[in-house]
Amino acid sequence: MVQPRVIVVGAGPAGVRCAETLVAAGIRPMIVDEGRRDGGQIYRRQPDQFSRPYSKLYGTEAARAKSLHDSFEALRAKVDYWPETLAWNISGGKLYTARDGLASDHAYDALILCPGATDRLMPVKGWQFAGTYSLGASQIALKAQACAIGGNVVFMGSGPLLYLVANQYVQAGAKVAAVLDTSPFSKRLRALPKLLARPDVLRKGATLVKSLKKSGVRIVSGIEPVEIHGHDQLGVEGVSYRDSCGTVQRIACDAVALGYHLRPETQLADLAGCAFTFDASTHQWLPQLDAMGRSSVKTVYLAGDGVRVLGADGAEAAGALAALAVLKDLGRPVDAARVDALKRERAKMDRFRAGLADAFPWPAQHAARLSDDTIVCRCEGISVGELRRVTLEEGAREANRAKAFSRVGMGRCQGRYCGHAAAEVIAAAAGVPLDKVGRLRGQAPVKPFAISTIPVSVTTPEPTEVAEGK
Amino acid sequence: MKSRFVRLAETGRRAVSFRVDGEVVAGLEGDTLLVAMLCNNDHVRHSEFGPEVRSGFCLMGACQDCWVWTTDGERLRACTTTVDADLDIVTRQPEVSWSNLV
Repeated sequence: MVQPRVIVVGAGPAGVRCAETLVAAGIRPMIVDEGRRDGGQIYRRQPDQFSRPYSKLYGTEAARAKSLHDSFEALRAKVDYWPETLAWNISGGKLYTARDGLASDHAYDALILCPGATDRLMPVKGWQFAGTYSLGASQIALKAQACAIGGNVVFMGSGPLLYLVANQYVQAGAKVAAVLDTSPFSKRLRALPKLLARPDVLRKGATLVKSLKKSGVRIVSGIEPVEIHGHDQLGVEGVSYRDSCGTVQRIACDAVALGYHLRPETQLADLAGCAFTFDASTHQWLPQLDAMGRSSVKTVYLAGDGVRVLGADGAEAAGALAALAVLKDLGRPVDAARVDALKRERAKMDRFRAGLADAFPWPAQHAARLSDDTIVCRCEGISVGELRRVTLEEGAREANRAKAFSRVGMGRCQGRYCGHAAAEVIAAAAGVPLDKVGRLRGQAPVKPFAISTIPVSVTTPEPTEVAEGK
Repeated sequence: MKSRFVRLAETGRRAVSFRVDGEVVAGLEGDTLLVAMLCNNDHVRHSEFGPEVRSGFCLMGACQDCWVWTTDGERLRACTTTVDADLDIVTRQPEVSWSNLV
């Protein structure tokens, strides 16, 4: 049997479980990973010179992290692993990559995209000051480098990760000035029925909050961020927020970790031509997906937080499920009972995801109230006022048109951190529903690389005969 | 200069000296360039679009806020680069940065 050419993008929980399922069926996938090593961001490995044990690095998830790393080790000889490789375009049935200054393209029979997620951000006045980081960044500093992002850190935004990372900071000996959550406590109570889809995770969350409170960390719910105070040369000096009674409070700090849950990295799916639909509950456009992970484009499959933010456990299930979809579509035998079990697991995770969206909602109303002098695009220092101006005076009521006129979304991050908030600002200013504003189109390359990168032709390993099950 | 990041553990690693804007600074083996720089100073670059200094943002190679340059003109993303004794870093973009095309 001639080997089908199967490419997996990403080596986090979804990518690794996907590759494992493919290998078990006798396929040798190519795995393209931007990381130096497997694990993705959630189970990111520390460098070789570090010595903290799994229990310290991954806490309650230590066993899952170890299991994923071990599974990948066992796969190494059976996959073509491309670490530190950027997947930057998909066109004409080929995946385009860049690695170490060399660019190449790869034809595929099936492509499974597991690119993961990045932080979802809402601008706040002063977020351009040095010392403001994404929430995910604050966790990476600790997990991968044993550092705190500052000497006195405010965690601001919403979502379970806010409490998780704040607690990890306290446990590691860092000083946490406060946890400021835009979600009011009542929303969390109302979301309980859906959150009970995963009682174990809910329990872990409650333990986290208890532990934080016990350490004396100030936790405030139902806030609205007002300003990150700071200095152009010295960076962050404090945070102001409006409490639920409407009073503005100020806290001194030298670093802010800012995040509102996560947003899927959907640029590659977009370039592959996958259809998107508007998800009203989270105010964002997401790629269409069937129950197994098929996109609207034949031969392109999507799994993990890069398509629906279900968390690491959900990503493992979705990765395996997408691999089974590939196998089924290639005409290979697939264990129907396993497919059903994984579908049930994924549905449970999706119910929990919906619960999180209710409990820690994206505060769209805050975007409408941002002051004109707030920077919306950190890359190029473009203000909310300028975005409103092109919307109102130049009639740019669609995201890509507003981008062309204002450059919001055109900078180095390519709209990753301003795109969602910018759409809210445009919708509120123009008085149109958010879905009418549309979404920023994915553009190749999905991340910048040097113009000096040299195209090379890669000799794809000869198709080999592999007996199934080996 | 005030450091921005605070080391909480893993401080027994070997020191690595490198240069930033002509000054010799020390990081630890296994540090990313971003961490090594921010354990010595409170920023890694100057914004080209505003008056403020920058210190990176996402730490996962997505935002590109932590670009720095070598004296040869090569651009590095500090959060995904491992610190190395050969590094000679500048925090403002040099005039010519396509060194291998010249």
